[in-house]
Amino acid sequence: MNIIYILWLRQIKKYLRSRSRIVGSLGQPVLFLVALGFGFGPIFQKAGEGNYIQFLAPGIIAMSILFTAIFSGIEVIWDRQFGFLKETLVAPVSRFNIMLGRTLGGATVATLQGLIVLLISLTIGFRPLSILGILISLIIMFLTALLFTALGTAIASRLQDMQGFQLIMNFLVMPLFFLSGAFFPLNGLPKALAIITRIDPLTYGVDGIRGSLIGSSHFGLSIDFLILGGITLLILSLGSYLFSKIEI
Amino acid sequence: MDNIITVKNLTKKFKDFKAVDKISFTVARGEIFAFLGPNGAGKTTTIKMLTTLLKPTSGQILINGSDPLTEQDKVRRSFGIVFQDPSLDDDLTAWENLEFHGVLYGVPVDLRRKRAEELLKIVELWDRKNDLVKTFSGGMKRRLEIARGLLHHPKVFFLDEPTLGLDPQTRKHIWDYIFNLNQKEQITVFFTTHYIEEAEKIAQKVAVIDHGKIIIQGTSAQLKKQTKKNSLEEAFLELTGHAIRSEKANKIDQMRMHRSLRR
Repeated sequence: MNIIYILWLRQIKKYLRSRSRIVGSLGQPVLFLVALGFGFGPIFQKAGEGNYIQFLAPGIIAMSILFTAIFSGIEVIWDRQFGFLKETLVAPVSRFNIMLGRTLGGATVATLQGLIVLLISLTIGFRPLSILGILISLIIMFLTALLFTALGTAIASRLQDMQGFQLIMNFLVMPLFFLSGAFFPLNGLPKALAIITRIDPLTYGVDGIRGSLIGSSHFGLSIDFLILGGITLLILSLGSYLFSKIEI
Repeated sequence: MDNIITVKNLTKKFKDFKAVDKISFTVARGEIFAFLGPNGAGKTTTIKMLTTLLKPTSGQILINGSDPLTEQDKVRRSFGIVFQDPSLDDDLTAWENLEFHGVLYGVPVDLRRKRAEELLKIVELWDRKNDLVKTFSGGMKRRLEIARGLLHHPKVFFLDEPTLGLDPQTRKHIWDYIFNLNQKEQITVFFTTHYIEEAEKIAQKVAVIDHGKIIIQGTSAQLKKQTKKNSLEEAFLELTGHAIRSEKANKIDQMRMHRSLRR
């Protein structure tokens, strides 16, 4: 328990100490919120879908969680490169606990980042339905964060260096994001796209956050929870398996 | 005297390349043992196998009576290590790095704070304990790593080129400290170095590895006698030849390069 806690604490401390990283990683979500939110707002309204900022903000929250979470996971490569991973791997602790501690830490950081974006979106006119909704959305945010931190860790366990990083960004993270329904409603999509969006696990994160914050969800909160929870468990086991196989 | 490290026919193959080839040696409890060899000879690979980081292809290892393959945690508890490359978390303070280590090794909180204070004072970093490690010089980081490796009171202390890139003052300081530790606490010390004169001065037993094989082992007096040389360094060169070895840079080395160039 202590071990999981200290690994969690390490992630939190590192996050709070890198102010420039926090600010830097907020640039993109804010830009998307403002440019897309106000840019597409009039068309969205005319199409009879209501206020676009209301629709978009949960998607952007999910986006910042996705990015932060995947990065936290991939930090294993930095730890490997700068040697710190060795220090944890020669310690008399199970690899599973190491993986769990740092994944929980990364997920907490990503959730905090999502929360900050939520607060920012309030300043440009986003209005969540209720306090209870915000609390529920936090749980979904954390589940989403856990899923993608574990995914990042799983990937990083197989990589020796950051050279594959562009590949991961362009062929995994960006598609996950753009095909998640963060920008557009899921009803009435062309068949192929409809299928792809349903395979994308982030879809259920976006839908769950949207459902809990503004009360309009495509699949329903319980389905979002179930699918998200199931995939998270799956990826966590995969991640801890791959992490346990690391040799230096 | 019993042996704290026993290695028999240890082999590690990477695809077709035999990094370590059927080596056997023993280290007695309380001994200072120098493991010497040119670049790429197999020193670090051996240390990685002894410390559970790599699985051997074949052969047996016993560390403090336990097998690193089947009794990982027992072995891990019994040794401390200073790696060849730095392995501190730069974004944490010196104190936090020690805290972290103490928790990982299950050292109770009072004990670990007491020891951390003692150790930081010994390596003369007590007044810098709350500074981030990234503000430390190479020598300071090394000293901190030594303190960290000792925090859980290991039986064996592995040091992989602990004095690499340090000035003579710091090197002397570090060796004096390690020697004292060995004398006072009977900690077994297993180290590698390229500074052969350091090994000659401090080690009770020396083994020379080249191309994955141990070519000679014994006291440095025995090695000098066998090669009919006046110093261990000359004996070493006689045994391993004068040709310069090239070590292939791996991807991580290349990245480190890029990173340092960008700075």
